[in-house]
Amino acid sequence: MSLQKPPLSQVHQSAGADFTDFGGWEMPVTFDSIRTEHAAVRNAVGIFDVSHMSEVSVSGPDATELMNILTTNDVRTLEDGDAQYSCILDSDGVIIDDIVIYRYPDREGYLFVPNAGHGTQMVDRWSSTASRRELSVTVEDRTMETGLVAIQGPGAIETVDSIGTGSVADLSRFSSMRTEIDGVDCLVARTGYTGEDGVEIFFPSAESTAVWNAFDGVQPCGLGARNTLRLEAGLLLSGQDFDPETEPRTPLEAGLGFVVDLEKPEFVGQESLREQNENGVDETLVGLRVEGRSIARTGYPIEVDGNEIGHVTSGTLSPTFERPIALGYVDSSYADEGTSVDVEVRNRTVEATIIDQRFLESLEPETTED
Amino acid sequence: MEFTIPDELLYEESHEWVDEGDGAVRIGITDFAQDELGDIVFVELPSEGETLERGDEFGLVESIKAVSDVYVPVAGTVTETNDEIIDRPELINEDPFGDGWMIELETTDTVDHLLDADEYSEQI
Repeated sequence: MSLQKPPLSQVHQSAGADFTDFGGWEMPVTFDSIRTEHAAVRNAVGIFDVSHMSEVSVSGPDATELMNILTTNDVRTLEDGDAQYSCILDSDGVIIDDIVIYRYPDREGYLFVPNAGHGTQMVDRWSSTASRRELSVTVEDRTMETGLVAIQGPGAIETVDSIGTGSVADLSRFSSMRTEIDGVDCLVARTGYTGEDGVEIFFPSAESTAVWNAFDGVQPCGLGARNTLRLEAGLLLSGQDFDPETEPRTPLEAGLGFVVDLEKPEFVGQESLREQNENGVDETLVGLRVEGRSIARTGYPIEVDGNEIGHVTSGTLSPTFERPIALGYVDSSYADEGTSVDVEVRNRTVEATIIDQRFLESLEPETTED
Repeated sequence: MEFTIPDELLYEESHEWVDEGDGAVRIGITDFAQDELGDIVFVELPSEGETLERGDEFGLVESIKAVSDVYVPVAGTVTETNDEIIDRPELINEDPFGDGWMIELETTDTVDHLLDADEYSEQI
């Protein structure tokens, strides 16, 4: 199967990017080096092409009801322009995808962003549920006609303000507005997935080059740095930290209980989650501070006294802290912060400690003391 | 992208280089290999005195992106390892043919099977 290329593919090639397959899309993995790009986002500003993410538009009289049935958070709390992180579950409560829902600032309806390659599946899910329940909605896959870039870092807002027509400085976290960038009508949202301040900008995909070039001089960043940045922030990666086939997890196991509203009238997976909420979870997601220099990678066993108590789902060498960090699931009885565990790294036993998965906060004090 | 491929070295298809030198041969990974791996963060090397057959794994290079085994292009006994790269693995990125060298071997093996710079250049 040939890979889908983003509209900016040629621009990235000219910039000397290396590419990787991500959700069926050929996306830039690095432009310079992961360290350089990572540091740019932590210390200044970087731009990511995230056009591989899917976009689905939902409108019509019953749009809110449908969104609320198919997602875990309460969509009814959203005002015009608000955004919300949420999960989509199967009837067993297993996460199919995590999404950000945007209630349009200037018109009726919602835009939501599933992970790369999931758009068609989501449109089918939304359409079939609407049909079964006789709800009046229009569901459209906007993936191919929508471009998306993320501008992230402490200098992101200033950078966007120097280019766009309307200031985003007063835009609060998880809200959006319309602005123009180089004459292109854009939806700018104060969201992102790097642990930094910043925005994500939606625009017609045919205008991708104009928007990208408007940020000329900003460090271009690939999916390599996006991975190290999101991991340091303790943010999960679909297909790796949860996946309905290879890593079936509920939001309660995955530490995403904060996006689940068990009190709202109804959503797919609600009963299973209620049960799990009452009984507790057998396994839970934890952060790991790993000793030494070798990286604890996906699938490596986590052990205590030689007994396997879990496994790693994501690991990297944190460019910010210069030490390996990882996410993994462990038996809940071992999940307390400060618990000493071992990770089997290529037949070697490496010591690790369970810590808060928000590494940017949980590792900072120790590094400062050093 | 242009990669450095010194004319005076020999190359294995799996992207190791061999410097025949005067005495022991010196071995490392190529500029192309370090670029493919990206930021290198961890290196494993064999012990001095270890005897290796041609094609044996002699070490491991790990970058943020991936882990890669490194294979010995000629048989021999390890006479020296570059311990500096254990503490500073980034030397392989910065200077793969110089400070980023990996091991030295005493060898009686032939080098006929290795590629010259032009042949290696065509391969990558």
